[in-house]
Amino acid sequence: MSDTLAGAPPRAAIAIPELTAWQALRTNRNWLGFWFMLPAIAFLVLFLVYPLGLGMWLSFTDAKIGSAGKFVGLDNYEWIIGDSKFQGAVFNTLFYTFVASVIKFAVGLYLALLLNENMPFKALIRALILIPFIVPTVLSAIAFWWIYDPTFSIVSWSLRKMGWISGNINFLGDAWNSRWSVIFANVWRGVPFIAITLLAGLQTVSPSLYEAATLDGATRWQNFRHITYPLLTPIIAVVMTFSVLFTFTDFQLIKVLTNGGPAGATELMATMSYNTAILGGRIGEGAAISTAMVPFLLGAIMISWFGLQRRKWQSGENNE
Amino acid sequence: MASVDIRDVRKSFGTTQIIKGVSVPISDGEFVVLVGPSGCGKSTLLRMVAGLENITGGTISIGDRIVNNVHPKERDIAMVFQNYALYPHMTVGDNMGFSLKLRNTDKALINERVQKAAGILGLQSLLERFPRQLSGGQRQRVAMGRAIVRDPQVFLFDEPLSNLDAKLRVAMRTEIKELHQRLKTTTVYVTHDQIEAMTMADKIVVMHDGIVEQMGAPLDLYDRPQNQFVAGFIGSPAMNFLTGTVTANGTAGVQMANGAHLPLAKAPAASEGRPVVYGIRPEHMELGGDGPGVEAEVVVIEPTGSETQLVARVGGQDIVAIFRERHQLTPGQKIKLRPRADVAHLFDKETGKRL
Ligand SMILES: Nc1ncnc2c1ncn2[C@@H]1O[C@H](COP(=O)(O)OP(=O)(O)OP(=O)(O)O)[C@@H](O)[C@H]1O
Ligand SMILES: [Mg+2]
Repeated sequence: MSDTLAGAPPRAAIAIPELTAWQALRTNRNWLGFWFMLPAIAFLVLFLVYPLGLGMWLSFTDAKIGSAGKFVGLDNYEWIIGDSKFQGAVFNTLFYTFVASVIKFAVGLYLALLLNENMPFKALIRALILIPFIVPTVLSAIAFWWIYDPTFSIVSWSLRKMGWISGNINFLGDAWNSRWSVIFANVWRGVPFIAITLLAGLQTVSPSLYEAATLDGATRWQNFRHITYPLLTPIIAVVMTFSVLFTFTDFQLIKVLTNGGPAGATELMATMSYNTAILGGRIGEGAAISTAMVPFLLGAIMISWFGLQRRKWQSGENNE
Repeated sequence: MASVDIRDVRKSFGTTQIIKGVSVPISDGEFVVLVGPSGCGKSTLLRMVAGLENITGGTISIGDRIVNNVHPKERDIAMVFQNYALYPHMTVGDNMGFSLKLRNTDKALINERVQKAAGILGLQSLLERFPRQLSGGQRQRVAMGRAIVRDPQVFLFDEPLSNLDAKLRVAMRTEIKELHQRLKTTTVYVTHDQIEAMTMADKIVVMHDGIVEQMGAPLDLYDRPQNQFVAGFIGSPAMNFLTGTVTANGTAGVQMANGAHLPLAKAPAASEGRPVVYGIRPEHMELGGDGPGVEAEVVVIEPTGSETQLVARVGGQDIVAIFRERHQLTPGQKIKLRPRADVAHLFDKETGKRL
């Protein structure tokens, strides 16, 4: 028995023709993928990598408007780090971003939960909520500029009529007043985005989960705490990342409302960079200020990236 | 455990009435199966018992308490949803223990109850998994587990086995029945599956268009359906219906338009010439031989191994017959079918009521 098996001729190997390098380049799936990505890479390089690289390069030069400048190493950075105006801008930016994001999240979540309830004119209210988001920033900034006007402010006027205050509020003329005023304007503008995105997330939660939880004995708060919130965390992570990035790099609103004033109280890194480079003509320094934003942004992205990592219950990986 | 009393319950969504006065008394520990065609209001009725839908009219009581205005979480009811409704972000163990956790039950006790339920359902090795890492059958068992860790007053099942394959369904059917025998918890169970209904129920409730057509023990419904709808709904394959007129003088029977004579054990009183529907179950017919019967033409013959299923044409109408024997028949062949007179059913042609 065994020797007949052993004596059987080996099965003829199927000849696989060797591919030439060029054939491999054309047919190998990995290479094919690379070819398809090429146009996208070209776009990214042209519109993202090049401007970013140029900005970074400029931050190492003493370029002025009209002169290309030469390499000066870390001089610009040393200068801005010691500059109290820059330190103020960093503080303002962090404060502005943190406070506005927290308020936007709280208000946005509240609105989303509200809009997810059954109520009359639901569709209309949802559309109305989006208005602040649709209006161009500059336009809404100008509107706020009027609202905050030292003489003609409607807020001061109403409060005065109601007899709550005697004189007009100096919204944009006082350091802390102006900080809170721009934060309020930013929140007004940013809330719809968060509310609508979270609402979309809420609507993916199957109502039968709430029914099941209710039968299991959950109160409304427990429904939120144990069902809604955990199921919403992935979308919260995404939307808050975007929100933080947008707020941190905010420019238009500040530029129109206060232009960084009074006395630099609302100067953000973005506006300071612009004012230094374009208005002040010191391009190298301005570039250094914007480049200094990158580590902060990377930090924010990293935090949300770890928060965003697909949770086990979503990915369905093995537990081992 | 508790009895449930559904009394003249009505439900409207907007202006359309979906449930039109349903009364079902359910005694303590009873296993009641709701059946009926799609859209007849089974789920709606179940959800009203659970408190997930408002009751438009009538009353529902659990135990001695009318629960019309009692919040679902106060009703002490466990429901297994058709789509399972497992919490995707919780492990199997957490899913099962959730209701106890909400009651601030001691951790060790939760663990003990979950382990016990997992043991009954064969889920011990899966407690750390998330729902999406489970097969449909396993998810179904988790949904059951979530219900049984609680030891509620009433179980409600909404087509819990409809997503399972045939084999698993049979296994789970046995498991649920065993569970009920062990726990003796009052249960209301909705299904589309004839066999589930027949085998599991203490009492079957046949619903149609928002009313109860008939309720009773499974075999009562099978043997004495009160109307043509129930007769056609209970049993698979369904009962055959042939129309004709009663002949009471001479041999009792039903005369079909094509001249065929269908036998009856006894004609109802004073019914000569009355238009009726003659109902005969597929398994209550014999092939060939002497005596009254109908001429038929073989259309399809389907041997399943244990029995032979025959579709034949009688006067332009298809009827189904099932034989225990393996008859050799060919399509187109002319045969004679003899209904068994003692188990034939007779319904009024107008009202569909049993005669
Ligand atoms: N929220 C609702 N609004 C309006 N009509 C509804 C609502 N829920 C159910 N219905 C209607 O009520 C009727 C009964 O629905 P139900 O879900 O109780 O049927 P069912 O007997 O469970 O059917 P199936 O066997 O297909 O599950 C259907 O005609 C359905 O269209
Ligand atoms: Mg249903």
